[in-house]
Amino acid sequence: MQIDLRTVTIEPVHQTFDHLARRFGDKPASRYQEGSYDLQAAENLHYRPTWDPDQALYDTGITRIVMADWHALKDPRQFYYNTYTVTRARQQDATEANFSFVESRGLVALLPPQLRTLALDLLVPLRHAAWGANQNNAFMCGYGYGVTFTQPCMYHAMDLLGIAQYLSRIGLLLGDTAALDAGKRAWMASPVWQPLRRYVEDSMAVRDPFELFVAQNVALDGLLYPLVYQRIVDDELASRGGSAVAMLTQFMSDWYEESSRWVDAVLKVAAAESGRNREVLAQWLDAWTRRAAAALLPVVAQALGPAADEIVAEQLAALAARTAKAGVAA
Amino acid sequence: MDVKAVPKKLGLKEKYRHLTRGLGWEPSYQTREALFPYAGYEGIRIHDWDRWEDPFRLTMDAYWKYQAEKERKFYAVIDAHAQNNGHLNITDARYLSALKIFLQAISPGEYAAHRGFARVGREFPGVGTQVACQMQAIDEIRHAQTQIHALSNYNRYYHGFHAFADARDRIWYTSVARSFFDDAMSAGPFEFMIAIGFSFEYVLTNLLFVPFMSGAAYNGDMATVTFGFSAQSDEARHMTLGLECIKFMLEQDPANVPIVQRWFDKWFWRGFRVLGLVSTMMDYMLPKRVMSWREAWEIYGVENGGALFADLARYGIRPPAGWEDAGKAIDHMSHQFMLGLYQWSFGTSFHSWIPSEEEMDWLAEKYPTTFERWYRPRWDHLRKLAAAGTPFKNFGLAKLCQCCQLPVVFTEPDDPTLSCHRELEYKQEKYHFCSDHCLRIFEDEAEKYVQAWLPMPQLFQAPLNGDVGAWMAWVGLKDGLDNGDFAGSPDQRNFEQWRRNATRNHREGEAQ
Repeated sequence: MQIDLRTVTIEPVHQTFDHLARRFGDKPASRYQEGSYDLQAAENLHYRPTWDPDQALYDTGITRIVMADWHALKDPRQFYYNTYTVTRARQQDATEANFSFVESRGLVALLPPQLRTLALDLLVPLRHAAWGANQNNAFMCGYGYGVTFTQPCMYHAMDLLGIAQYLSRIGLLLGDTAALDAGKRAWMASPVWQPLRRYVEDSMAVRDPFELFVAQNVALDGLLYPLVYQRIVDDELASRGGSAVAMLTQFMSDWYEESSRWVDAVLKVAAAESGRNREVLAQWLDAWTRRAAAALLPVVAQALGPAADEIVAEQLAALAARTAKAGVAA
Repeated sequence: MDVKAVPKKLGLKEKYRHLTRGLGWEPSYQTREALFPYAGYEGIRIHDWDRWEDPFRLTMDAYWKYQAEKERKFYAVIDAHAQNNGHLNITDARYLSALKIFLQAISPGEYAAHRGFARVGREFPGVGTQVACQMQAIDEIRHAQTQIHALSNYNRYYHGFHAFADARDRIWYTSVARSFFDDAMSAGPFEFMIAIGFSFEYVLTNLLFVPFMSGAAYNGDMATVTFGFSAQSDEARHMTLGLECIKFMLEQDPANVPIVQRWFDKWFWRGFRVLGLVSTMMDYMLPKRVMSWREAWEIYGVENGGALFADLARYGIRPPAGWEDAGKAIDHMSHQFMLGLYQWSFGTSFHSWIPSEEEMDWLAEKYPTTFERWYRPRWDHLRKLAAAGTPFKNFGLAKLCQCCQLPVVFTEPDDPTLSCHRELEYKQEKYHFCSDHCLRIFEDEAEKYVQAWLPMPQLFQAPLNGDVGAWMAWVGLKDGLDNGDFAGSPDQRNFEQWRRNATRNHREGEAQ
């Protein structure tokens, strides 16, 4: 039985804000729409930046990608601050439970020593790579154009800080502060890590926000996450008695899967905009994925040994299929 | 590797250091300058970024957890507010003018701060500083969104909210706040921190937020109170960050002191001018007053500011150059500005009005040395004109200050009968200013301020060519709905009618 409570009804005088009515028609807008579209100042900007007078305060000209409407690059997750933080808080609860489970049951002590060393050697230096990714996404948010594109970049940046901190906690759990120091030394000097560190530093010198998006979120992380967290942690380590490690990196696997939907959507809309965009994206993708694969090879070879070549080639093919689906053929 | 069976427990401080500071490294494949190209050009010398004290030591997992809790509560309240016609609980629809100004001028500033902090969160070459700035970046988009979401329900029932995004870039008075944020964002990373992190958050937030949120509470606006309360702990973090940043600059090198002092002078005055809007809100726009602008200034300006200046004196920082003149303006600014808003109300997307006798008595009591003598006679005159059916409208356009963008409506610091106006010729062009301090800011960076977009001249340029109707369409202002005197406005009529319907019975078929 349905009960209709009687309330005072008042006819609204506006359905939504003007800028949203122009985009979506005169009807109530979602909170994602209200919190995203057209919030960035677009006209009559007062001053040129003193840090680079050649660009405007918000400038579509600092990237080679051209969009008629930058707000077309929307986030399929429709994350605004509320849905973003509430989602992550829930995941954080699960991650915390996983850490407690591993700690309280002494699962670290049960890890075969070689496996523990391998996990430390592989995962701890990656916290620096995640920090580089954080800075690159902060850059995309800061200098990109249009809120629907820049907003998720900030959330992504904070996620990567979270990942860097989870990796640090894994290092502390499996090996104490000495493990973090050893990881930093490897990141700075070990030949295994130098190609990747060079990749990260070179990407941080890129000041085209969309090229950086391709270099970081598509090329590097599009290979790194499946290789490290799926192929190595979830498959290889788990099969050798290291499921506890997989529990500690569950956030990274889930996050990669979820955030790839956003990355693909951005790529797809930018590629669909024009042949010129597709050409530029393909060039970037080609150059950066090739480098990313070469940089990751010695890293994953620590765990995969001679099979690394083949597995990296497989992941490269998988990434190519993924980007082809988004309309970019490298 | 030597692995201990039971890792020792780390203290909070040490854990944070590992989880944050330890993430960074000294680049070797690229130069520091290539990765952080804007860290040096302002002349600020930093010798050791590790000396930066992290004010909060917040890790991301804790951030998500705390913020999500606040978010759940906030949206539960504003959903209930919308569902139960919470807008009918406000004291009087006049109150909404304050919210309209807030949405058009301040919320876009929150968004700009979000972008600015994302930039400095990337550009500062120290991890601790970067993380703190990034957290503020994500907080600031939160504030923009919670404000828009809270006020969205008012937009459904009242005029003046609907075109806030157009007003932000085009209408004249929003350019006071917009130019403030554009000025900060076009500055280097260190000056940005003084402008937003220090001046806006530390010096001005108390004066903006406390009266605003208390005003909302006094006037029955649960939606705004809730976003205010919900933002409070974020603001506390931001204020600490701003203060930490200024101390860090001052401690790193004595050569930084004169640079910081110059920014301190500039941004205090820029901020003080933005507060002109707040002063009118407090003294005129809240149907139920919290405290006068003067009282707020005494508590949050004089007391808190004074304590801060005493704290900074040991670094060789003196109170900002405009401090004394600000003190002299306190008893005048809200009246002068509200008189301005009233006479130009045809061009504002909010209402103004002539204060009632009772309200003028309150103003006289709060401003014993100025109101009776200088301002009541003007309001009395305006009331007479309005009663005679010839309300005063100033269709002449306001002359705007080239720096702060406020109309030049203020008086000389030492003579309330003399309009304060400064002029300067620069490269064969004449520029106008509201005060000595705005003039000085211009002189320091003339090449920057000559670029300022001035909304009044825009009206006379193509494509508007002086057509006020076309201008209204361009800024999204609906004549007769959004603008003008509150008395007789649709907002007034609707609010009264809806409240009557909500609180009383009416017979079937009775006119509503």
